[in-house]
Amino acid sequence: MTQKSRDRLCEHETSVLIAQRNHLAEFSLFLINAAGDIFLEKHWKSVVSRSVCDYFFEAQERASEAENVPPVIPTPHHYLLSVYRHKIFFVAVIQSEVPPLFVIEFLHRVVDTFQDYFGVCSEVIIKDNVVVVYEVLEEMLDNGFPLATESNILKELIKPPTILRTVVNTITGSTNVGDQLPTGQLSVVPWRRTGVKYTNNEAYFDVIEEIDAIIDKSGSTITAEIQGVIDACVKLTGMPDLTLSFMNPRLLDDVSFHPCVRFKRWESERILSFIPPDGNFRLLSYHVSAQNLVAIPVYVKHNISFRDSSSLGRFEITVGPKQTMGKTVEGVMVTSQMPKSVLNMTLTPSQGTHVFDPVTKLLSWDVGKINPQKLPSLKGSVSLQAGTSKPDENPTINLQFKIQQLAISGLKVNRLDMYGEKYKPFKGIKYMTKAGKFQVRT
Amino acid sequence: MTDSKYFTTTKKGEIFELKAELNSDKKEKKKEAVKKVIASMTVGKDVSALFPDVVNCMQTDNLELKKLVYLYLMNYAKSQPDMAIMAVNTFVKDCEDPNPLIRALAVRTMGCIRVDKITEYLCEPLRKCLKDEDPYVRKTAAVCVAKLHDINAQLVEDQGFLDTLKDLISDSNPMVVANAVAALSEIAESHPSSNLLDLNPQSINKLLTALNECTEWGQIFILDCLANYMPKDDREAQSICERVTPRLSHANSAVVLSAVKVLMKFMEMLSKDLDYYGTLLKKLAPPLVTLLSAEPELQYVALRNINLIVQKRPEILKHEMKVFFVKYNDPIYVKLEKLDIMIRLASQANIAQVLAELKEYATEVDVDFVRKAVRAIGRCAIKVEQSAERCVSTLLDLIQTKVNYVVQEAIVVIKDIFRKYPNKYESVIATLCENLDSLDEPEARAAMIWIVGEYAERIDNADELLESFLEGFHDESTQVQLQLLTAIVKLFLKKPTETQELVQQVLSLATQDSDNPDLRDRGYIYWRLLSTDPVAAKEVVLAEKPLISEETDLIEPTLLDELICHIGTLASVYHKPPGAFVEGGRGVVHKSLPPRTGSSESAESPDTAPAGVPAADQPSVIPTQGDLLGDLLNLDLGPPVSGPPVATSSVQMGAVDLLGGGLDSLMGDESEGLRSDVGGSPAMGGGSGGFAPAPGTAVPSNTGAPLGSGLGDLFDLTGGVGTLSGSYVAPKTVWLPAMKAKGLEISGTFSRQVGSISMDLVLTNKALQVMSDFAIQFNRNSFGLAPAAPLQVHAPLAPNQSVEISLPLNTVGSVMKMDPLNNLQVAVKNNIDVFYFSTLYPLHILFVEDGKMERQMFLATWKDIPNENETQFQIKDCSLNADSVSSKLQGSNIFTIAKRNVEGQDMLYQSLKLTNGIWVLAELRIQPSNPSFTDLELSLKCRAPEVSQYVYQAYETILKN
Repeated sequence: MTQKSRDRLCEHETSVLIAQRNHLAEFSLFLINAAGDIFLEKHWKSVVSRSVCDYFFEAQERASEAENVPPVIPTPHHYLLSVYRHKIFFVAVIQSEVPPLFVIEFLHRVVDTFQDYFGVCSEVIIKDNVVVVYEVLEEMLDNGFPLATESNILKELIKPPTILRTVVNTITGSTNVGDQLPTGQLSVVPWRRTGVKYTNNEAYFDVIEEIDAIIDKSGSTITAEIQGVIDACVKLTGMPDLTLSFMNPRLLDDVSFHPCVRFKRWESERILSFIPPDGNFRLLSYHVSAQNLVAIPVYVKHNISFRDSSSLGRFEITVGPKQTMGKTVEGVMVTSQMPKSVLNMTLTPSQGTHVFDPVTKLLSWDVGKINPQKLPSLKGSVSLQAGTSKPDENPTINLQFKIQQLAISGLKVNRLDMYGEKYKPFKGIKYMTKAGKFQVRT
Repeated sequence: MTDSKYFTTTKKGEIFELKAELNSDKKEKKKEAVKKVIASMTVGKDVSALFPDVVNCMQTDNLELKKLVYLYLMNYAKSQPDMAIMAVNTFVKDCEDPNPLIRALAVRTMGCIRVDKITEYLCEPLRKCLKDEDPYVRKTAAVCVAKLHDINAQLVEDQGFLDTLKDLISDSNPMVVANAVAALSEIAESHPSSNLLDLNPQSINKLLTALNECTEWGQIFILDCLANYMPKDDREAQSICERVTPRLSHANSAVVLSAVKVLMKFMEMLSKDLDYYGTLLKKLAPPLVTLLSAEPELQYVALRNINLIVQKRPEILKHEMKVFFVKYNDPIYVKLEKLDIMIRLASQANIAQVLAELKEYATEVDVDFVRKAVRAIGRCAIKVEQSAERCVSTLLDLIQTKVNYVVQEAIVVIKDIFRKYPNKYESVIATLCENLDSLDEPEARAAMIWIVGEYAERIDNADELLESFLEGFHDESTQVQLQLLTAIVKLFLKKPTETQELVQQVLSLATQDSDNPDLRDRGYIYWRLLSTDPVAAKEVVLAEKPLISEETDLIEPTLLDELICHIGTLASVYHKPPGAFVEGGRGVVHKSLPPRTGSSESAESPDTAPAGVPAADQPSVIPTQGDLLGDLLNLDLGPPVSGPPVATSSVQMGAVDLLGGGLDSLMGDESEGLRSDVGGSPAMGGGSGGFAPAPGTAVPSNTGAPLGSGLGDLFDLTGGVGTLSGSYVAPKTVWLPAMKAKGLEISGTFSRQVGSISMDLVLTNKALQVMSDFAIQFNRNSFGLAPAAPLQVHAPLAPNQSVEISLPLNTVGSVMKMDPLNNLQVAVKNNIDVFYFSTLYPLHILFVEDGKMERQMFLATWKDIPNENETQFQIKDCSLNADSVSSKLQGSNIFTIAKRNVEGQDMLYQSLKLTNGIWVLAELRIQPSNPSFTDLELSLKCRAPEVSQYVYQAYETILKN
């Protein structure tokens, strides 16, 4: 192509050009804290100058909040794909057409792994364990191909630091790098290592459901859906083969499984059949969509008005139980972002504690348990900046709550059976419902 | 005791200190030192000076230390190539270690050291590792081949690693298969022609088996690879779909989206009547919805892809509107994408809900989001006619809020609503006018001015309103200035008596006091129009405007199809084909959706494979578009350039095009309002004296068919052997696929009839917008072929319309020898862009009608042409006898001069003449006595032997059709 025709092309394409390099091979990772400092970098192929992050900083500056930094940023020669978790930006620098979900999924996996290794994922802890971090990252990716991302496997390759091990290592000179190939990695069940032994054999399953809902001014549901997961903690000796069946499997029409679940069995019999990984893992996540009627366990009565004439407004909200199947609603927390023109709020709660931050304009009210006999309420007045007109936007109320021993979708486990091993395990199932993104418009 | 201690040594002698520690005898101290070095590396400090010291630590039994040293090596080997050689021995040794972990580690690190000198030492160890007994080592080695290929492709090919890699696709271990696929895909991407992954039903089956067993990441590679496969019929497509569907339930969103890509692509081949088609549609919705409950970053990518899917197959998500409702604490980038999809899904059934939501969003805090929400209301009005009234009243409510940016945005969209439903909602104009003063954004001001101009007759004080803008004319942005100019001219044409002064004022402001050429030119056009022919001016300026289309921001179908093939990639995030943002275009292969095949049809005739790869139909000699551009650029079809016009085919054409382009660029960037007023209106050109005639009127006086062929006609008639039907015409083939030409598809063929050559074209508009202003030019070519008349497309070409045109050609254009000789490079322009393609014309269109040589002359010439100019050809499988051959050829102006029978063989002596006067003599040997021997032997003699090859091709084409 001649220079001229290329120029013409460029005129049409305002988008940024990237160099076509190898598929995935170019991959660098930068960890950036809220202050905009790069505190860790790792390059898998060639060293990319950290100046590439300037494009990220620009985007960061433009975004009003850290959450709003766009996850895909093009630069003249690279793409920056980022995730924001634990107040840290994990920025991947790639140089070619590569599936962005692949990279973003991988970054999330990196964060999960850090959390799993160190308990928390923070700048301090990452800096404290920088060598392990580096070793783990090296183990997770090779030339753009993820190598080991299952934390079971990783932990066998690179042992997570513990206070005891650090001490022992220092005394004996031994290392935290495993010198054997993880046994499970190439078997038919790569997620499980062989030779697992426990004195107490136990399998616990937590059915956790989160309700995402938008409730309109009048209290009717605009949209509501349930995101459910079944998290498992399985500590069983040997190679147990489990089956889990439900009373009402029809609810589960949109599911994602852990790779251990035999999909065919599910398709034909609606039974979860699997050889579990050892330890903690997410067996299943599911989604109950707006089509099915979703029970809404709480309601909010609100009366918020910013009067035009005076600079005082009225604020009153009451929270009450709705469809709770007789269970107690607890851990209730109400937060609401007030308009900018609100100067202060003078409020009295019937229970719990409340805070209004006049800088961020965030009102939060820690309610606690809802007693159906005596509904919690928060009342008082709002003082507005003098001279400003009535705020245009009404605050949305964000609700958090928990209900123990209830899966709001009605999902119930029927039975759990174990094959392949002789012993009798201890089995337990717990249910819990939580608010996800639960919003009430006023 | 944490690693942060490694960061504390920031004193001056740091490197020196580390050096000492690295060379310490104590193992523990060494390791600590290496850790310090690594720690420095992580924060971007340069510790390359320690290279020899660190490499010295490499020979150790301590695995952790070894790993750390390897980490260091990968980072710095490139900057210290000579030193890196030191490491080779250890690598080779480690590749033989009994511990597979160490073998794998060595082979992995080896590949990361991008130093040319080292690579050749690594071949042997790599070869061993590729055949290692341990699958962990094999899978690592597979990746290493890709790494090595990137450093030295030739070496990898010479060493036969690619074959080994292909063998690994049949490995017993699924992880090895997945990595081999990934490595091959990567290599194939940098060598698109290499056909490394030649997919066939057997290898597909292997991949599908491995798909069930390998890791999530491997599944992504395999699915992406499957997506490039073209199933042979709908049954195969369905069976692949069935085996891919379970991936939709995977927890990894990248796996899900890659599976969606495969399904969306192969679905194209399934008949819509099939039960399975419906089942598949239903299965696609839940996983897409689930993606929206993932982390926001994943949601964003998913939403960008859903945007494409919704445009391609709206039925999948039509019931899922609610999941796209915006939560107030969604990140802004998610909010904006959700909004976009809401509008795409909006229909009469759900519009009430959507509007209620949009109104809610319009009161939110984030300005960008609010603006887009307001705009969305307008788009709903345009999309769902039944809701227009409701939308307008919602917009009016929003205007009442007096929130500045809401008002401005509302006015911009109301302008569009007026253009979609003229004379319906003008009652709101009064309300709009009240807000005139608060508008400070150019787009809103321009929209308001457009409204005032368009409805000037209904607004009593339109002149006052427009006059108020005129005061600060020079401070306005160009957009507003242009709009103001047009609006005042409209006003003048509607109320000429009161506004004469105003219009003069604006015309003088635009033409005399402005530096902006667009504004000046538009001013002059109006001025001349008004002064020469006010009636024409009225017709032009107040012409009825076409309604704006329902959805203005739909992606063009051809681009959409291509993007569907790229679901899950960056292309899908940017909604641009990979070619648009991949530098240099290396390795960019256009992907296209497979054609739909009817089940019964394909089952019966497996031979008629679907024309899945259009590229395969084209002759391979045609250079790619990229090469062509260079040659064709000097044709200057694009925007006008100064300098002498290149001697192109027909003299007049250049001027016409220049003007066409000029007019276009004059009008092109202006707002829609004027474009429909003036642009493309053929009447206006005539009035403006300063301009050359407009394209429509400037047909150069056609000198008819070239003189030579005219004579030929005469000759033929007198000779009494005139051809009645004309020469053979090949069926039309696609010359320019729509994908390469922004929706313009051109197919065509060449014909010669009674002495005149023509190019028979079919232009098809596969884009969403109307196409007009067509023009054509040829690059210089071997025989001076050139259009004898401009390309006449009388009416603009509406979307999905085609037009057939026969373009007369002559051979008086300028000559340049092409390779191949009959290559013709063509440029076609329309209102959108200029496109280039090249095609091969059959030589027989150049055989003139007076190509019959006198017998004596033939004999003399045959002898005269030296023997080395004689070329022999075989025409296989032609069972015609001498007479039918002779008459067939005569139809295409190949004349038989004599026929002889020698030893049971018929010998035909023939002559033909090309348009440029070259004679070609032929001897054709036919064996009628032997029916099993059907080959004809052709000897050609010509003074310009390079044409023989093409004459032979012409013979073959004519005889076989």
